[in-house]
Amino acid sequence: MRHILSILVENEAGALSRISGLFSARGYNIESLTVAPTEDPTMSRMTIVTSGSDDVVEQITKQLNKLVEVVKVVDLTEGNHIERELMLVKVRAAGKDRDEMKRLADIFRGRILDVTDKSYTIELTGTGSKLDAFLQAIEPGVILETVRTGASGIGRGERILRI
Amino acid sequence: MQLTGAEILIRCLQEEGVDYVFGYPGGAVLNIYDELFKQHKVKHVLVRHEQGAVHAADGYSRSSQQVGVALVTSGPGVTNAVTGIATAYMDSIPMVVITGQVPTNAIGQDAFQECDTVGITRPCVKHNFLVKDVRDLAVTVKKAFYLATTGRPGPVLVDIPKDVSQALAEYSYPKTITLRSYNPVTKGHAGQIKKAVQLLLEAKRPMVYTGGGVVLNDAAESLTRLVRLLGFPCTNTLMGLGGFPATDPQFTGMLGMHGTYESNMAMQNCDVLLAVGARFDDRVIGNPAHFYRADRKIIHIDIDPSSISKRVKVDVPIVGYVRDVLDEMVKIVESSPARPDAAPLKSWWAQIKEWQRKDCLRYDRDSKLIKPQFVVEKLYEVTQGDAFITSDVGQHQMWAAQYYKFDKPRRWINSGGLGTMGFGLPAAMGVQLVNPRASVVCVTGEASIQMCIQELSTCKQYHLPIKVVNLNNRYMGMVRQWQEFFYGNRYAESYMDALPDFVKLAEAYGHVGMKIEKPGDVEGALREAFAQKERLVFLDFITDQTENVFPMVPGGKGLTEMILAEEL
Repeated sequence: MRHILSILVENEAGALSRISGLFSARGYNIESLTVAPTEDPTMSRMTIVTSGSDDVVEQITKQLNKLVEVVKVVDLTEGNHIERELMLVKVRAAGKDRDEMKRLADIFRGRILDVTDKSYTIELTGTGSKLDAFLQAIEPGVILETVRTGASGIGRGERILRI
Repeated sequence: MQLTGAEILIRCLQEEGVDYVFGYPGGAVLNIYDELFKQHKVKHVLVRHEQGAVHAADGYSRSSQQVGVALVTSGPGVTNAVTGIATAYMDSIPMVVITGQVPTNAIGQDAFQECDTVGITRPCVKHNFLVKDVRDLAVTVKKAFYLATTGRPGPVLVDIPKDVSQALAEYSYPKTITLRSYNPVTKGHAGQIKKAVQLLLEAKRPMVYTGGGVVLNDAAESLTRLVRLLGFPCTNTLMGLGGFPATDPQFTGMLGMHGTYESNMAMQNCDVLLAVGARFDDRVIGNPAHFYRADRKIIHIDIDPSSISKRVKVDVPIVGYVRDVLDEMVKIVESSPARPDAAPLKSWWAQIKEWQRKDCLRYDRDSKLIKPQFVVEKLYEVTQGDAFITSDVGQHQMWAAQYYKFDKPRRWINSGGLGTMGFGLPAAMGVQLVNPRASVVCVTGEASIQMCIQELSTCKQYHLPIKVVNLNNRYMGMVRQWQEFFYGNRYAESYMDALPDFVKLAEAYGHVGMKIEKPGDVEGALREAFAQKERLVFLDFITDQTENVFPMVPGGKGLTEMILAEEL
């Protein structure tokens, strides 16, 4: 089962290593990991997408909580939540492909951030599966480069993660 | 007034009441050593290898409930210390390890004796710090002691670059400290405790299984009270020995891979299991799937939530300090007229007695060769069960655990989690320093003792009258045993050829050496050794090479799938 863990962690050198080290040392999966400081610069928020049985995810949560620099851990997938990922994709856009690429970007609500006479750089936001769908919709041969942030997540409505 | 970082550190240690620091000097810690030199409150013990420093601080802590402190230099000082740190981490020992680091402007430059200390030690400490600004030093040391001793204890490392120990800052030591990210649950949930007591009172075939958490949290008295009140059988893990008095009739012996037949059978066949400060590890319950086949309710008390339902799903988890939870349970039982149903408890005890009749720790007492078990039994007699016993790792460790009856906690000091050969002698140094008048014995083997034998020199320098009981079978005995059982008697590299003459070696270090080759000489030699109260005596017992540790649950097997001596 796929789980999205939101983690509040002290914004200190080494905190990221402790967390990623925990995953590798105990053999847990990391599908993606994103991290940045919060509105309180002393604290960072991390989103880790992982997978495992309920028992494994329970252990992951407990082990994360045990780390001294971890302030709070929430499994977003336990309730309603929103998940978004950002992708930048550079595609070949020349000749007959050029118009088609623009149309596809529009359909997926993508924005073209950079243009040359041979290429577009498209920004796309959505769930991971939407980004996958976009990549599948375009011909593999025209993709020059992709970069994805990994998922960020937040609880819906009154579900709030803070200290 | 402004103080240097080194002065601040020493002040902090004084503030924490540290009386001994175990260490080894080097370039990056010279500022700190200079300050140590200028004062007398914090005494320094100079070891011969950094691994020994950490083990000694560890033994000091295990036997006294105080925080052990070690001090080593950067680079190789740190890497040598890692084995000791990992040993303490696996057994949750509260320690503070102070390491020197190259100056901050040299960090990352591949400087002389530089290593990424916080990176290397990160997976084997409870927490670690690199102090980059002298103004953070005092509060960091405070945090280190606080973290080491609260919640589930463990080693905490503070890495101090040389320019930080030299720089000046105002000194003030915080009285208390709080960390928003660190708030361990320490008080057991009242509802869960009630539920647990209810379950215990309704039990027909109860079993109490306790581990190192009882010893570390000084909960032995509370545990003993509860177990006696209920009249239940009790077993201890290797780490938990002494948590319940071994001479008490309710004690069924150690459990696990080399536990007693009766303890393992009772663990498997009980209907309610009370687990206290123990973690169901592979050496204790064997194969978890096999263990799980039996239908029983499990109550688990532990300070660490991640220890609960990690290997075995439990029914009543209680997170908190085990002593408080046990006290609370005693209070509930005492204030209620309800007692466990006597009839089923009686027949359960009858069953246990029947298992005990297997006499699983029996060995050949008429042997012409010295049996290692016999040496430990005689050691128990001669020391009247009142010694501190440290051990290394292997067969001798198991025999010491099986045959020395520990009635008090903190008397049995061994590396249970990491299984570190070389632990015994330096650990004994720490034990002897904090218990200067006690009999301190290192039960070891000829393989293990050579892993930290250089510490005999430290023992000489500090007049530590440790008794080294070397069960010398000329084999890495436990390796040989596995090779005999599971590898068709192919004794690959487990034979110790070209051993030193331990008597001469002990003498060369300035100690007394004795070689004992006949069973009839064992007791006399031990008495002679303990009569030499001021001297370290190295007793080299030449034991039966073929002796094995029984019972044995082979790796991956179920707890009741034991090999007993008679079956071979």
